[in-house]
Amino acid sequence: MDAAIEVTDLHKTYRGRRVGEVRAVDGVSFRVEAGEFFGILGPNGAGKTTTLEIVEGLRRPDGGEVRLLGRSPWPHSPELSQRMGVQLQASSFFEFLTVREQIETFAELYGAGRDRAAEMLDQVGLSEKAGTRCEKLSGGQQQRLSIACALVGDPELVFLDEPTAALDPQARRNLWDLMRSINGEGRTVVLTTHYMEEAEALCDRVAIMDSGRILAVDSPAELIRGLDAPTRVTVAAGQLSEARVKELAEGGTATSDDEAVVFETRDPRTLLTALAADGALEGLAVRTANLEDVFLHVTGREWRE
Amino acid sequence: MSVEAPVREAAPVRRSRAFGSLVRALGISWVRDRSQVFFNLILPGMFLVLLASVYGSGETPTPHVLEVGDAPVLEQAEPGAFELDGAADLDAALEALEEGDADAAVVQDGDEVTVYYSQTNATNGTIALERLSGLVDDVNVAVLSEAAPDAPVLRLETDAAEDRSLEPVQYLAPGILAWGIAISGVFGAAGTLVDWKRDKLLRRLRLTPASAGTFVAARITVSLLVALLQTALFLAVAVAMGLELSAWTWFAVPLVLLGTAAFLAIGVVIGGIAKTGPGAAGLSNMVTMPMAFISGAFFPLAAAPQWVQWLSVVSPMRYLNDGLQAVIVRGESPVSVLPEVGVLALFAAAVAVFAWKTFKFDEL
Ligand SMILES: Nc1ncnc2c1ncn2[C@@H]1O[C@H](COP(=O)(O)OP(=O)(O)OP(=O)(O)O)[C@@H](O)[C@H]1O
Ligand SMILES: [Mg+2]
Repeated sequence: MDAAIEVTDLHKTYRGRRVGEVRAVDGVSFRVEAGEFFGILGPNGAGKTTTLEIVEGLRRPDGGEVRLLGRSPWPHSPELSQRMGVQLQASSFFEFLTVREQIETFAELYGAGRDRAAEMLDQVGLSEKAGTRCEKLSGGQQQRLSIACALVGDPELVFLDEPTAALDPQARRNLWDLMRSINGEGRTVVLTTHYMEEAEALCDRVAIMDSGRILAVDSPAELIRGLDAPTRVTVAAGQLSEARVKELAEGGTATSDDEAVVFETRDPRTLLTALAADGALEGLAVRTANLEDVFLHVTGREWRE
Repeated sequence: MSVEAPVREAAPVRRSRAFGSLVRALGISWVRDRSQVFFNLILPGMFLVLLASVYGSGETPTPHVLEVGDAPVLEQAEPGAFELDGAADLDAALEALEEGDADAAVVQDGDEVTVYYSQTNATNGTIALERLSGLVDDVNVAVLSEAAPDAPVLRLETDAAEDRSLEPVQYLAPGILAWGIAISGVFGAAGTLVDWKRDKLLRRLRLTPASAGTFVAARITVSLLVALLQTALFLAVAVAMGLELSAWTWFAVPLVLLGTAAFLAIGVVIGGIAKTGPGAAGLSNMVTMPMAFISGAFFPLAAAPQWVQWLSVVSPMRYLNDGLQAVIVRGESPVSVLPEVGVLALFAAAVAVFAWKTFKFDEL
């Protein structure tokens, strides 16, 4: 497969008179294959936006190299821009324009027609809002319009910078479906997010980023498997004798209090079968490791949100 | 999982279309922003109406003169020269002068004519004084000519100088127009840049296939169109107020366009420095207000102190004002305003280069 994006050893330091030096990006390398859904996951200030802006060609790195569809994004080349679509972290629209005028203006900038503009509004579910001024849209609707503007040029490569930030869970799920369909159409998608579940649900591969560095890159399943973390099984207290708990905890651990018994096991199947046979499934909760545990593991600290 | 991306044909980028749609989009946002419309189109006309009424209609008023007791000299006055009234005594007349109810009082005691003129209403008082002393001269000349018909006498003819120079609307209109063009350019460019910094719109636009030059050109085009619209509307108001347009008025178009370019460049410098909308407006005011005063925008520059006239040499508004004055009001040919055109062009170019060199494109 061809690489859609190849990033090698990027460095970027912001220098301000008052803030001093901020190493926003500190030796970042990664590769995104054509057609892949790639995620950059990290807390606020990790350097996700800066990385993306350098890759898109909006910022020049202090050091390192970017190849975008086989060429350098800097200086700006119309041919390359034609093949990529971008949604910036802050939605940026022409003031006082309606949704339709907005998307049609962007369509014309990409050399696309009105039909395409209308089609995109339909795809993001904003057809009904076509006559509304952009500033009157809700946050989620603005994000969707912003995505529509990114897609209107029929790009091969789509960059989405925290598209679901500040959305309610329902709106977020709707956007997930939209993003899946964008990737399903064969477009390469690069997404930044600070939601673990989002990265887990959508991305083929995830780069975990913190303090300007990428600490791990792999598919969510591989990252979690790599942790080799036990599965936690919880049942309500009072269903099992102390001896039985000890017996079941063989090969793992068990802790119990007045409320619940918590097992940590590497063989959840055997444990669950035994619990079912005992009829002790009341209050059952099974928690496998997730990206949060991966983050804890690679950074040595809790996920801060 | 991953799917091989289908090969897409890159559509050719049509620049003219991108330019056209940007002009349209920016134009629509401009028109829908009511405060812009008011600021650029209505405000200059309002200023003209206000200032023209403050400076008066330009006709010399008839002084109101009080005749204390009997003053035979007033009988010789031409009809309509004074608005005459009687006064019982000098004290009553002086009180009327102090209150501003009359402009002068005349007492005649045999050969001696005494004129008391108003300081409260200085302009009218002076006019009354001039006419009364003219009247006394005329009477003397008549008496002397009769006594010695062969002796030559000097006669003084006076005429108000203002009639020969400019009526208020005539000198106000080009000045206020120049000021209107200046504020549109400076506030417009500075405000737009600050908005772009805030909205990141330019960032987004830079990632489209259209080139950065196209956006800048589109934004400048919108400003130039606004300036032309502003000029047309303003001149319509001025004509309604009595301004007579000369045959060379059309040359205001290149002057206005050039002036707009110069003021946009100043606005870009301000927009580069300012961080917020109010900051940009404040800085724009700091530049355009003093400039208006040293450029003769609201009063004839000749009436200003010498140092102001010297200072005005560095103000582009002055050259725009002078140029507009010449072609719109005085009917001078475009050739005579070539120096103004040259200075404006130089100024626009110099500030544009400075703005380009100092602007931090990273912030956009
Ligand atoms: N224009 C700038 N000037 C100076 N410092 C900046 C600038 N932009 C970002 N930074 C700093 O660089 C670091 C990385 O910022 P960046 O925006 O890339 O983070 P992020 O991962 O996108 O965060 P978020 O999740 O909040 O969007 C932060 O410490 C930030 O304060
Ligand atoms: Mg960010």
